[in-house]
Amino acid sequence: MIRSKDDGLRDTALSDKELNRALASTWSAQPGLWGALSTVDHKVIGRRYIATAFVFLALGGVLSLLMRLQLSQPEARFIGPDRYNQIFTMHGSNMMFLFAVPVMQAMAVYLVPLMVGTRNIAFPRLNAFSYWIYVAGGLLLWTAFIVDTGPDVGWFAYVPLSGPQYGVGKRADIWAQMITFTEVSALAIAVEIVVTVFKQRGPGMSLDRIPLFVWSMLVTSFLIILAMPAIMIASTSLILDRLVGTHFFNPAEGGDVLLWQHLFWFFGHPEVYIIFLPAVGMVSTIVATFTRRPVFGYLAMVMALVATGVLAFGLWVHHMFVAGLPRLGESFFTASSMAIAVPAGLQIFCWLATIWAGKPIFKTPFLFVIGFIVIFVIGGLTGVMVASVPFDTQVHDTYFVVAHFHYVLVGGAVFPLLGAIYYWFPKLTGKMMSETLGRWVFGLIFVGFNLTFFPMHILGLQGMPRRIYTYQPEMPWAGLNMFISLSAIVLAAGFLLFFVDAIRSARSGAVASANPWGASTLEWATASPPQPYNFARPPVVGSREPLWAEATALPVAAGLRVDRRELLITGVVEGIPEARESSVGNSIWPLWAALATTLTLVWSIFSPWAVVWGSIPVAVSLIGWFWPKGVLEDES
Amino acid sequence: MRAARVIALWVATTACGCSGNQSALAPSGAPALHIEHLIIGIVALCAVIWLAVMVVLAGALWRKPQEDDAEIRQRRLTVVVTAAVAATAILIAGMTVASFYTTRSIGLPERASITITVRAQQWWWQVFYASSGQTSGFQTANEIHTPVGQDVHVRLESADVIHSFWIPSLAGKQDLVPGRSNSLLLRAEKPGVYRGQCAEFCGLQHSHMAVMVIAEAPADYARWIASQSADAIPTTGADVAAGRAAFLAKPCAACHTIRGTAANGTTGPDLTHVGSRQTIAAGLVETTRGSMAAWIADPQTLKPGNNMPMVPLTSIELQDISAYMESLK
Amino acid sequence: MKREMSYSNGAFAAAAIALGIASGALGWLGESRELRLDPPVASDLDGFRLMPNGISGTPPESYFALGKPYETDAYNLSQGKRLYAWFGCSACHGDGRGGAGPSFLDGWWLYGPEIVSIVASVRDGRPHGMPAFRDRMTTEQIWQLAGYVQTIGAYKPKVAAPSRNDDKQTRPAENRGPAKILFDQGPAGVHPDQGPSP
Repeated sequence: MIRSKDDGLRDTALSDKELNRALASTWSAQPGLWGALSTVDHKVIGRRYIATAFVFLALGGVLSLLMRLQLSQPEARFIGPDRYNQIFTMHGSNMMFLFAVPVMQAMAVYLVPLMVGTRNIAFPRLNAFSYWIYVAGGLLLWTAFIVDTGPDVGWFAYVPLSGPQYGVGKRADIWAQMITFTEVSALAIAVEIVVTVFKQRGPGMSLDRIPLFVWSMLVTSFLIILAMPAIMIASTSLILDRLVGTHFFNPAEGGDVLLWQHLFWFFGHPEVYIIFLPAVGMVSTIVATFTRRPVFGYLAMVMALVATGVLAFGLWVHHMFVAGLPRLGESFFTASSMAIAVPAGLQIFCWLATIWAGKPIFKTPFLFVIGFIVIFVIGGLTGVMVASVPFDTQVHDTYFVVAHFHYVLVGGAVFPLLGAIYYWFPKLTGKMMSETLGRWVFGLIFVGFNLTFFPMHILGLQGMPRRIYTYQPEMPWAGLNMFISLSAIVLAAGFLLFFVDAIRSARSGAVASANPWGASTLEWATASPPQPYNFARPPVVGSREPLWAEATALPVAAGLRVDRRELLITGVVEGIPEARESSVGNSIWPLWAALATTLTLVWSIFSPWAVVWGSIPVAVSLIGWFWPKGVLEDES
Repeated sequence: MRAARVIALWVATTACGCSGNQSALAPSGAPALHIEHLIIGIVALCAVIWLAVMVVLAGALWRKPQEDDAEIRQRRLTVVVTAAVAATAILIAGMTVASFYTTRSIGLPERASITITVRAQQWWWQVFYASSGQTSGFQTANEIHTPVGQDVHVRLESADVIHSFWIPSLAGKQDLVPGRSNSLLLRAEKPGVYRGQCAEFCGLQHSHMAVMVIAEAPADYARWIASQSADAIPTTGADVAAGRAAFLAKPCAACHTIRGTAANGTTGPDLTHVGSRQTIAAGLVETTRGSMAAWIADPQTLKPGNNMPMVPLTSIELQDISAYMESLK
Repeated sequence: MKREMSYSNGAFAAAAIALGIASGALGWLGESRELRLDPPVASDLDGFRLMPNGISGTPPESYFALGKPYETDAYNLSQGKRLYAWFGCSACHGDGRGGAGPSFLDGWWLYGPEIVSIVASVRDGRPHGMPAFRDRMTTEQIWQLAGYVQTIGAYKPKVAAPSRNDDKQTRPAENRGPAKILFDQGPAGVHPDQGPSP
């Protein structure tokens, strides 16, 4: 099966020491700034991606504190309506498009190749391109906000408020183009993950031996590939309406206002699962490691992931229950929205069964999983509530919904993510985070979160709508709002402590061993942090928990060349080796391509001709990117 | 002008704009009552489910692992997890059915005998009452009167962007979508003032877009209809007459209508009976002569970004116009 | 570890450069909205100077100090567009192509294209039927409306110009430079009642 026509230097011919040296020289990036800009190492890009996403988390958190300041008193005048509308729009857009989705994909960029035992992600240059495009989108949005041109139409940007007539100036255009940036970067990673999981798994890693985190990222990537085109069509139509004068959303010329909502939520609801499913994978991984046993019901868990992914596309209308759609149709979407509680419940029950059967070790990552279960179950149950049409007509667009989705997104995704950072930090940096501070971080965030968001359920039922920059003193909301604003300080302190811990540990934390938690998956089979080539010899997988099954040494495959970047291609189902494939080397062209794309997209906010003239630099950079240079990696 | 601004701020922060009920948990209308029963039922059920999960979680965390047979344990867990999933399916099916029957019991608005058209604008509510029998049709703003115990069909339209009409104590919300016409059923079971406010983000002053529904006995309602459909009553008093003249001479009349005078602007709310309304500026402040003056003097401080301009007036003119506004009962 | 540091330094440097470029590009289009015009500024704006023949003149210093908000600011232009509809301008001027009143889109300005001329036309009226809006609009509204009228008739499209309305489309939207497009067809006839240019 393995081809042997070429006769380069193979790893079989070398001792371990020589092999490591040879692989390091083949796989390393150049030193200095040029090397940093041209590297295609999934670990470097993944780390960068994660760090950038957490910067956006911090910025979004600052925005939420500003909102809480303004809402702490009735008719407060800290922030005017114009700035407030920008702030809540920025908070939502930033958290969804610049933090939640990218950070989950970034974890996958770093972890999936390691967990499946390969040396780099599929399409490494696309990966580098994806990061630069993501940063450009984030800079566009934040620069606009700093100069008082931030979008002010909500992260959902409903037309006609965001349309040409009522969305004044360039604000909504910047929002729509920021979407384009983040969609391109998200789609790129989704494709890379799918190909990496399907074709680059270590020998012997059949479908039923794939770690649950990798399964969750595979399903997530398919969701991204299927959902993102809807928002791309929507945001592009919006830009065309605004800049070129098309009429997609203009009822007077045969367009339709609700078309936007259908397109947006056809993306927007799966988006929730794009954020949530990776967290499910993280929870499964952490639960298994800290109960010292495989997650109960592997097949059921995988089926639940797939079922959630399928159902995610069948319930977007529950965001539109009060838009005036036919009642019978709405009842169908009530049923489908409720149905998603079945796979979600199944996953919860499987984790509980795993914990029940095992002996939990209460380290910080596991604390975050416990917090996740406590909070996410509330979020899931309030989700069942808003799935009911009559119930939703009272709480839709109120603080009840604000509470609900923060319970789902913070409880369901950020808690597992923080647990995952504590868990994988040794692999990311080679250092351990502080266990003492970790407990404080968990305690502050858990208490602060519940005190901040639980009262919002009550506010919503008491009639407080969302997205209001102030409320009148005669409304009975002032007390709870002040309480929430004070609680938000506790929550913010927790996050601040987390950042302190992460930065301090990265500099001077305790040095981590290869497998400090005694975990079972392949990323722990190599050094912390891994060498640029990940594994000196590709591991061979004989079970679902390779590091637990092979207590002493992992079997490895041999025969890869070391004088060029080469990795193993295996079959989709059984993971049987099929070929040796070259992996591309470092290149600066993804950065140029990203800059050319950025130029085109930003310019297009001001003139439609940018699409014509901007295509020239984009074409030049792509030609440079793919120009054959006759190096070994270009062959085969 | 600074003094006016200070007064405006003071009025905004202290005046009690006649709150009324605005809570899904204090229902007084038939649809809201049906929904409240559903809310209480589902929340209670969900609370029980959450507690059960928490008990199991606590048990799992604190339980001492027993060295029992792995195979038997695996089989037991399988049975328990399967049963839990089945229970989940049954419970959500039950909630779906309950939700469906609540929708059915609320009924359809089209059968109601009274139809009121509400047309939302940035950032106030234009309300149309059709002519019936002896009374001619009229329009008013930010205040809807309904007879107690009767079904009222509210037709919902929008003049600009999407808004949402929501009177929590009477019924669930419904969007007002440009290019479409939606319907909502209101039925107040007891007299009272029910406050609501726009629930779909609609721009700068989404926060200050309240509407009052005043449910009253059918006789009172009929009297109100009769008085509203009449033209503005010519009232006496020097300041009122001066205010009337100033109103017609200044830009006010270009945007506002006062039936029975030359003022026939259509951009702003109809002011024919503005003095009879409980609040002004879409529920912003209670209707008094002082709050009128504060609002007219500096609308952009009280409600920044709204479409009422700051018209330069002398303090005498301001007093007179406020007196005139107050007199328009 | 040393290499790690240089990576992150490189990333930071790149980010800083990119941020600098992006700020520069966006800096000039900052869209701060002034929702409340201070009364002293409003009365100052009302005191612009006009040439004796009613054509051309200079706005007050404060107008330039504010950055010519009624010609360059998207929010004011958009408010002007609303006022154009609300105050019935289209009754005589149609969608800008004229009717009973002159067209704004034919490339001809009877009183010149300066904003003060347009403000004066709106505020004080003009012979042959243009009414004075002095008593019907505030100073701020008059300037907003004048800025909008100047924009639809501008020879070059403005970046800040409003786009189309959610209505039936009858002519190219303001941001497409309708006057530029329609000017190419030659001047449309001035209404016969309009008389000779003063």
